[in-house]
Amino acid sequence: MSKLAMRDVYGEVLIELGKIYPNLVVVDADVSKSTKTIGFAKTFPDRFFDVGIAEANLMGISAGIASTGKIVFTSTFSVFASGRAYDQVRQSIAYPGRNVKIVSTHCGLTAGEDGAMHQSFEDMALMRSIPNMRVIAPCDGVEVKSVLKNIAEIPGPFYVRLARPATPVIFEESYEFKLGRGTVIKEGKEGVIIACGLMTAIALEASDLLSKEGINIGVVSMSSIKPVDTELIKNLSEQYKFIFSCEDHSIIGGLGGAIAEVLPPTNAKLVRLGMEDEFGDTGKFEELLRFYRLDAESIAEKIKSAVKK
Amino acid sequence: MELEEISRRVRYNTLYMITKAGSGHPGGSLSAIDIMVTLYFKVMRYKVEDPFWEDRDRFVLSKGHACPALYAIFYELGIIKREELDTLRKPGSRLQGHPDIKRLPWAEFSSGSLGQGLSFGVGVALSGKIDRKDYYTFVMLGDGESQEGQVWEAAMSARKFKLDHLIGITDRNRLQIDGGTESIMPIDPIADKWRAFGWNVIEIDGHNFSEITGAIEKAKENSESPTMIIAHTVKGKGVSFMENVVDFHGKAPTAQEWEKAKVELGGDYNE
Repeated sequence: MSKLAMRDVYGEVLIELGKIYPNLVVVDADVSKSTKTIGFAKTFPDRFFDVGIAEANLMGISAGIASTGKIVFTSTFSVFASGRAYDQVRQSIAYPGRNVKIVSTHCGLTAGEDGAMHQSFEDMALMRSIPNMRVIAPCDGVEVKSVLKNIAEIPGPFYVRLARPATPVIFEESYEFKLGRGTVIKEGKEGVIIACGLMTAIALEASDLLSKEGINIGVVSMSSIKPVDTELIKNLSEQYKFIFSCEDHSIIGGLGGAIAEVLPPTNAKLVRLGMEDEFGDTGKFEELLRFYRLDAESIAEKIKSAVKK
Repeated sequence: MELEEISRRVRYNTLYMITKAGSGHPGGSLSAIDIMVTLYFKVMRYKVEDPFWEDRDRFVLSKGHACPALYAIFYELGIIKREELDTLRKPGSRLQGHPDIKRLPWAEFSSGSLGQGLSFGVGVALSGKIDRKDYYTFVMLGDGESQEGQVWEAAMSARKFKLDHLIGITDRNRLQIDGGTESIMPIDPIADKWRAFGWNVIEIDGHNFSEITGAIEKAKENSESPTMIIAHTVKGKGVSFMENVVDFHGKAPTAQEWEKAKVELGGDYNE
C-alpha cells in the first residue's frame, strides 16, 4: 500500500487552491514548515501571513480577513488550534460564522515524541461542541485533497485535523468526500469498525487480521465527525451486533461520542476504542499505538474478545 | 445636528435601554459615546443601507459591553426602530447583551470576550492592504481590556504588517469592575507601552470633539505604523451621580436614578 503524509498533501493542495481562488489567504503561527503551509507562502508571498507564536491572534486575524470576503486557511498544530485558541475560535470565528478553515496538523498521537503537551485528544470534542463548526478527520492523503477542495467551496468555519506521518492510501484518486457522509469500505458480519483519521487504515489492518481467524469485521470511514452520518450509523446499528468506534482521540466527545449521541436504541453494542480519559506519553507514533493498544493487533484482540463473549 | 446634541441623545437612549433592560453596562458606554458619535457622524465613510459595502470604514467595538451606545447610535441612523429600544437583552432581540453581527451586521464584530477586537481589526486592515483599499479600521478598546494578553499579540502584528489604516482608541476611563485599573492590574504607562510596540500614539481628552477629530486626522497622516489614540475619559460621563463611580460599570440605573439622569440629559428624546 502506498503512503502519503496528509500534511504534505495539504501543502500541495493549498497551492492549487491558491491558483483557483485569488481571494484565498493562508495564516500560520510559526509552524509553516511543519504544517506545510510554507509552499503556499513561497508561491503566494502576498497572501501568506505568519503571525508568530500567537495562536489567539492567529484566529482573530483570520476572522478579520475572512470578514472582508476572503477564504482563509489557518494552520497550527491541533492541540493549539483547538485548545490554546478555543475562545477565539468560538467567539471570533464560529459565532459570526466566519469563512475560516482551521486545518490543524500533528493531531493526537502523531505528535509522538513531543508528548502529552503536544498531543491533542480533546480537539474534536472541543470543536464539535461549538455551534456552526464542522469537524473533519480525513483518513488518507487522497481524502485530504477532496476535503480541502470541498471546504474551500462551502462558506463558514471548519476544523480539519491532519496527521503528521505518512499514512497508507485507502481511497482511489476518483474518491470524492461528501460532508456528513461516511463511506463503507468493507462489509463484515460479526461487527463493524467506524473509524476516522489515520485509524481507518489501522482498522482495515485489524479487520484483515481478524478475517484470518474467521471473524468478519466491516470497516466504515467516518471522516465527517460533524455533521456525522446519522443515517449510515442507524443502518449499521441494524445490520451489525457490534459497532467499534476507532480514533486517535479521547473516547469522550470525539467520534465515539458522536456515534453514541445518534445511535438509536437498538441491539447493537457500541465499543469505543481510542484514548481513555488520560494524557498521552512520549514516544514514536508507532510505539505509542502499541503502548495504548491502538495498533492493529491490539484492536483485533479487543474486537475478538468482545464478539466472542 | 451638532455632535454635542447627538451625544446627548445617544447618552439618553443608552441609559433608557439599560434601565428598561434592568441590566447592562452604563459606565463604560457613557465614557465611549463622544468618541463613537464623532466616528459615526463626522469621520467614518459608510452606507447605512449597505452594511456589507466593501469600501466602508469599519468600527470594531472590542469592549462589547458598551454596545448599548452602539445601538443608540444605530437608532439615530435609522437602523434600529423606536420599539426595538425596549428589547435590549431580551430573547429574540437584535439588541443582544453583546453585539451579534448575524442579527445586526452593522456592528461589524461580535464582541464580548475581551481582548479579541484588535486582532480582528488587524485582519480587516491587513486584507484592505492586500487589496489596496483605502478604508480605515477603528478599534475601540477598554483600558481594563488591555490587560488581556491577546491585545499585545495584536499590537505586535499590526506593526509588523505596517497597518497605517488601523486606528485603535483606548477608552481610558481608569475603572474596571473590581476597582481602579491601577490597583487591579496597572496598565500605565499605557502610552509608552504602545510606543514600545511601534505604534504612533496620540493622547487626547476623549470628551473634546475637536481633539477627537484632530487626533484621527493626525493618525491618518501617519504612514507605516498603526495609531493608538489614548482617550482620557470619565466613566459614567454625562450623568453626575454615575461619573467615576465604579459600581455603575455593570449596574442598571433604578427607576428613580433614571428620572434624575433624564433631567440631567435634558429631557425626552424618544418618548
